[in-house]
Amino acid sequence: MSEALPARASARRPARQRRVRRDGAWPWLFVAPLALGVAVFYLWPIVQTAWYSLTTFGVFGGTTFSGLENYAEILSDPTLYRSLVNTLLYTAIVLLNIPIAVYLAALLNLPGLRFAAFYRVLYFLPYVAMPTAVAMVWRIIFNGDFGILNWVLGLAGIDGPYWISTPWASIVAVAVVGLWSSLGFSLIVLSAGLKNVPPELYEAAQLDGASRSRQFRSITVPLLTPSISFLAVVTVIAGFQLFDLLYAILGTTNPALPKSLSLVYYFYRAGFVDNDKGVAAATAMVILLLVGLATAVQFRLQRRWVHG
Amino acid sequence: MVEQLERVAAPTRRDLARAQRRRGGSHVVAHLVLGAGALVMAFPFLWQIVMSLSTNAEVQSVTPSFWPAHLQWGNYAAVFERLPFLEQFRTSVVITVVRVLAQILFCTAAGYAFARMRFRGRTVLLAAVLSILMVPSQVYLLSQYQIIADLELLDSLGGLVLPGLFSAFGTFLMRTAFLGMPDELEEAARLDGANPFQVFWRVMLPLARPTISVLAITSTLWSWNELLWPLVVSTYAERMPLSAGLATLISDRTTDYPVVMAASLLAMAPVLVLFVVLQRRVIDGLASSGLK
Repeated sequence: MSEALPARASARRPARQRRVRRDGAWPWLFVAPLALGVAVFYLWPIVQTAWYSLTTFGVFGGTTFSGLENYAEILSDPTLYRSLVNTLLYTAIVLLNIPIAVYLAALLNLPGLRFAAFYRVLYFLPYVAMPTAVAMVWRIIFNGDFGILNWVLGLAGIDGPYWISTPWASIVAVAVVGLWSSLGFSLIVLSAGLKNVPPELYEAAQLDGASRSRQFRSITVPLLTPSISFLAVVTVIAGFQLFDLLYAILGTTNPALPKSLSLVYYFYRAGFVDNDKGVAAATAMVILLLVGLATAVQFRLQRRWVHG
Repeated sequence: MVEQLERVAAPTRRDLARAQRRRGGSHVVAHLVLGAGALVMAFPFLWQIVMSLSTNAEVQSVTPSFWPAHLQWGNYAAVFERLPFLEQFRTSVVITVVRVLAQILFCTAAGYAFARMRFRGRTVLLAAVLSILMVPSQVYLLSQYQIIADLELLDSLGGLVLPGLFSAFGTFLMRTAFLGMPDELEEAARLDGANPFQVFWRVMLPLARPTISVLAITSTLWSWNELLWPLVVSTYAERMPLSAGLATLISDRTTDYPVVMAASLLAMAPVLVLFVVLQRRVIDGLASSGLK
C-alpha cells in the first residue's frame, strides 16, 4: 500500500500534463466572454471611479486633477455625517431581525410541528417581493393622516408622528420595512443551520431534565453561531447599501429628504441629480472603505464568540 | 452492531417526538407565536389587496375601512389605461429573460473552466472576478453609466441589460458546483474522444442542473426587483422596467392610491407566483448557496 501510493502519484502527473496540452485554447473560449464583460463593466470601472474621485468635473465639460479636494468637500459636509448616522441607525434596527429569526427558527424546528413549510413560505414572501412595490403599501400604512399604524397607536392612546415626513421617524419606518423583508432570509439560513444539529443532543438534554429554554440557550444558540455571524456580516453589508426602500418609501419630493438620506442616496444625489461625478466617486470610495472596515471588524470579533 | 443500535435508538426518538406532541401545550404556544408572526408578515400584502379594491375615499378615510363597500375591479383596468404598464412589464420581462440566459451561459462556462481546466493566469483571473463580490455597486456604477452613455445606449434595452449579463456571484456559484463533481465521468468521456466542449455540454452541464436553477432563480429575483441601475440609465417612464416605473409613479402628485396598489400588486405578482410554485427549490437553493 505504502509502495503503491507514490507510484500512483507519479502515474497521474504525466496524465495531467497531457491534459494541459490537450486543453490548448479551450479554457480561454470558456472564460473569455465572462472575463471580457467583467473587465469592461466591473474591473475597469473600479479603477476609473478611484480616478474620478481625484478629479474635478467642470460644469461645461473638461476635467482637472484635484487631489483630495472631493474628499475634503464631502468630509466637511454635515449631510454626509447625517447620512452615515441614518445608515447606521437603519442597520442597527434591521440587525434585530436576527434574534427574532433565531427564536422563530427554533420554534419551526420543534419535532413534529405541523405547517412548518407553510410558515416558512409566508415568512419568506417579503424577501422575494419587489421592494418598490411593497414600499407603496408601507407608505400608506405609515401615512400620518389615514395610515393604519397611527390608527392602531391611537387605540392605545398614542399620537403617532408623520412617519414619512419626520426625519428620524422616516428612518425608523424604513428600517421596520427592512427588518420585515429580511426576516425570512435569516430564518431560512438559520433553519439550514439547525438541520446540522444532531437531534441526539436534544434527547440527551431532555433525559437530563433540561427545560426547553435551557436547551435553547445551551444547545440551539451556541450551535447556530456560525449562521448568526454569517447573517450579521451579510445584514451589515446590505444595511450600508440602503437605497431602494428609502427611495421608494420617502418619494423624491419629501421635505424631510435632506435629513433622511442614506449613504447610497447621498451618492446617487451627488452623481445623478447634482451631476457631480467627482464628489459621487469620492462618496463611493468612502462607502467601500466603511463596508470593508465593518466586515473586517466583524471577522475579527467572530473569533471570540463563534462556536467551533 | 450498528443495526442493533439503530433498532434501539429509532423507537426512542419516535417516542420522544410522540411524547412531545402529547404534551402538546408547547406546540400550541409555538403555533400562536408563529401564526401571529405570519399574520404580521402577510398583513401588508393583504392590506394592499384590500386597498386595490377600494375607492380612493375609502383608502383615505381616517377610520380604516377593512373591507370595501363595493369591490372596485375597475382599479385594475385603470392600471393599463393610466400608466405605461404594459410597456414597462414587457421591458422587465425582456431584461430578466436576457440576463438570466446570458448569466447561465457565461457563468457556467467560466465556472467550469475555473473549476476543471488548467491554464496560465487562472488564479489571478479568478481572484479578479471574485474581488468584485466584495465591492459595493456604487463603486462601478458611475463608470458603467459613462460607458453606456458613450455607447449611446441610454434609454435603451441594451443599456438596461448590459452590465447585468455578467455575474461574479454566478461564476462563483457555478465554480463551486463543478468543483464538487466526480472526475470519473469526465475522464471517461475524454477517453471516448470527446473534446472539452462536448464534455462540458453533454456530461457536466446536465449534472449541474440543480445549481443552474439556483442561478436562474437568484438572477430573476435580482433583475426583476432592481431599482438603482434602471433609474440611472432611463429617463422616460415608457422605457423603464416596472421596478423603476413604480417608484416614479408615486411622485407626490399621484394620489390615486387604489390604482397604485393594483399596479404594484401586478408588478410583483409574477415573481411571487414563481416563488410559491417553486418554493422548495428556491428555499433549499438559497440556503445551500449561502448567499443572496
